[in-house]
Amino acid sequence: MIFVMTEEKPRIGVFLCRCGGNISDFVDLEKVKEKISKIDGVVTVEIDDHWCSAPAGQKIKDSIKKNKLNRVIIAACTINMHQEHFQELLEEAGLNPYLLERVNVREQGSWVHRDNMEAATQKEIDLVKGGIFRARCLTPLTPIREKVSRNVVVIGGGITGIIASLELAAGGYHVYTVEKSPTIGGRMAKFSKVFPSLDCASCILTPKMAAMESSKNITLLTYSEVQEVSGSPGNYKVKILRKPRYVDESKCIGCGDCTQVCPVKVPDEWNSGLNKRGAIYISFPEAVPRVATVDEANCLYIKHSKPGKPVCGKCIEACKADAIDFKMKPETIEIEAGAIIVAVGSEVFDARQKPELGYGIYPNVITNMEFERLTNSDGPTKGELVNPVTGKPPKTVAFIQCVGSRDEKFNPYCCRIGCTASLKHAVYIKDFISKDIDIYICYNDMRTVGKGFEEFYRRARDLGVKFIRGIPSEIKQKPDGSLVFNVFDATTDTLFEVNADMVVLAAGLIPPKDVEKIRETLKISKGPDGFLLEAHEKLRPVETLTDGIFVAGTCLGPMDIHDATAEGMAAASKVMGFLAAGEIVREPIIAKVDEDLCSGCRMCISVCPYDAIEMKEREEGKVVSSVNELMCKGCGLCASTCPSGAITVQNFTDEQLRSQVKGILVEL
Amino acid sequence: MKEFEPKIVAFCCNWCAYAGADQAGLSRIQYAPNVRIVRMMCSGRLDPMFVLEAFKSGADGVLVAGCHTPGDCHYLSGNFKAERRVLLLKRLLEQMGIEPERLRIEWVSASEGAKFAQVVNELTQKIRELGPNPLKGAFSNSSQNR
Ligand code: FES
Repeated sequence: MIFVMTEEKPRIGVFLCRCGGNISDFVDLEKVKEKISKIDGVVTVEIDDHWCSAPAGQKIKDSIKKNKLNRVIIAACTINMHQEHFQELLEEAGLNPYLLERVNVREQGSWVHRDNMEAATQKEIDLVKGGIFRARCLTPLTPIREKVSRNVVVIGGGITGIIASLELAAGGYHVYTVEKSPTIGGRMAKFSKVFPSLDCASCILTPKMAAMESSKNITLLTYSEVQEVSGSPGNYKVKILRKPRYVDESKCIGCGDCTQVCPVKVPDEWNSGLNKRGAIYISFPEAVPRVATVDEANCLYIKHSKPGKPVCGKCIEACKADAIDFKMKPETIEIEAGAIIVAVGSEVFDARQKPELGYGIYPNVITNMEFERLTNSDGPTKGELVNPVTGKPPKTVAFIQCVGSRDEKFNPYCCRIGCTASLKHAVYIKDFISKDIDIYICYNDMRTVGKGFEEFYRRARDLGVKFIRGIPSEIKQKPDGSLVFNVFDATTDTLFEVNADMVVLAAGLIPPKDVEKIRETLKISKGPDGFLLEAHEKLRPVETLTDGIFVAGTCLGPMDIHDATAEGMAAASKVMGFLAAGEIVREPIIAKVDEDLCSGCRMCISVCPYDAIEMKEREEGKVVSSVNELMCKGCGLCASTCPSGAITVQNFTDEQLRSQVKGILVEL
Repeated sequence: MKEFEPKIVAFCCNWCAYAGADQAGLSRIQYAPNVRIVRMMCSGRLDPMFVLEAFKSGADGVLVAGCHTPGDCHYLSGNFKAERRVLLLKRLLEQMGIEPERLRIEWVSASEGAKFAQVVNELTQKIRELGPNPLKGAFSNSSQNR
């Protein structure tokens, strides 16, 4: 490849994009062309509908050759789109890709000044002028190639993380799956059935969980949390805290004898607190790994033992495998990973925040998650649906939709799973328990978008489930313990009084609790709804703006198992694409030192966030700073701090940025 | 005479503020057309010279926008460094006869398109009240050759 050297006079080609009217409907491109054509160094100005299209790309290449261009300016959309494509065009035409200058005149221009063509046109002229001035100072650069690790860290062991891990393992990558709970499986492991097929959830999930345990390419780190991420794309260093479970995973055989003898009884979170568990417990029979965990906040031995005077210790006696170890300490391990997938999932809205619906006040008002546990054969009632007040099967069950969702006071977004989940529960009752149980579903809109969902809705109607289009404002308990509410049905314009012995609230999904910590550790943005933000809502759904860090599943927003699985697979395949070549090409945006100018003052060292600068002896008695290319991330703090102008950032040099400012403001 | 149209240069970090401006575009939020963005990797790249260059070249206002403090900066703490410089610059500008309000620093996340628009509107309004950059014309910058 021969790159044109830049000592020669700049020959600039400016390519103005109409963006199929997105730009040209609001900006007078002919006027822009007329103005900027006169600027020194501009050889050609061309206008096209879509410079990103293949035929237009050919035109750019032809123009580079014909006009002997050595700088290319594309005034179109944001630099976050098509940048690699345009850089490739330059390369194909024999130009160094860093002689490309992008000017964002769509997101920053035509889209935000739609009612003022004169101002939008002036703005585009200024921005392009800035681009031209900056382009004159561009220099050819060579991308940095770096070897990458073939390890991947997947954060989250729910369905998304499981699927992503298995895909990567099958592709030959080594995966460290980090799960904060004692078992993988996530929320799906608590479900009884899945919609719309009414398959048993554990029948489809547990084989996947078992595969996680048996795969040689997967290291399961349960009861563990990611604490710190450093390094760079392709070579991250991930610090993981392994919380002490006080049970040796390698010895425990999962017999559960310890759980039988523990005298402590605390609400069992796995069953939404519907029953009690000991301070040493195994979440559920199919847990992976199937080992016991001691909950240190409630264990008598941990809380009350004094040196030489142990308290309780019943589990130690009961354990035949000698696996209990109260000397365990938190441990931090560090893993090298080429890429990270964040699949930390979400939380369920706390229905107590809407006390008018009676949850947390009346025991027979339950949530949809509790319904799952009450109909799950592993659940507290072994799968028998009973009214928590009477202990008998209910005669009438009412479902209330949109609890905490589509609600300006709580979460404005749709939870996307509530409607189909309640349909699933209703059909389950009719099909698996009794046709004679009366069912009401009170809803705002029935949102059954998904393969087979609408048909499923129809099936519920055919089974005699009664649908009321309206949400009650208050649920009351009658003296006999049953529930009553008024609800206005918008379809028939009628006020109904509904008597039910059980009410099930369709609580929606909310962002994960520790979302802020995750954001800070991994530098991921979040959206206005509080969920993590993908790099592009349509075209980059599982990427983040940071290379090598991917996101998937409900930490991005509510979705069902189908979508979460698809995202897990998508993220895995993105990781494989990212690491497959064994090396990655990094942008050469890094700091450079001009040793002649460096006075050796060390100011740069004090501001560098990555310890990427050190002093080296240049000649007898003269030390100068020197940048470690692999560690530098190109933020430019050193450059803006250096008092002698000796250090600068490639592609963002003082000269380039100052010229851009000048260019923007210069009057033609 | 034509009404005074302020020209504002905005130094935006790549990860939050630039993406926030993109978000404003994607959401078609309409705002004052007076700002011109210069992209940098981090707000901490802001060399005080850039701000002085802008005022010298005739800008009526300068906006510096980066990721939220404390923890959002892609490079850990660049945003704090930027803030420090801006505070210092404001005092310097005052000495030079430029109202410090012409320089503003703001944190805009990648999803805060509306905030970006609002900040631009407010600053434009402020500068309309202050009138043109008092230094305008003090330096000859009509030539386009550096
Ligand atoms: S990256 Fe945005 S302020 Fe540092």
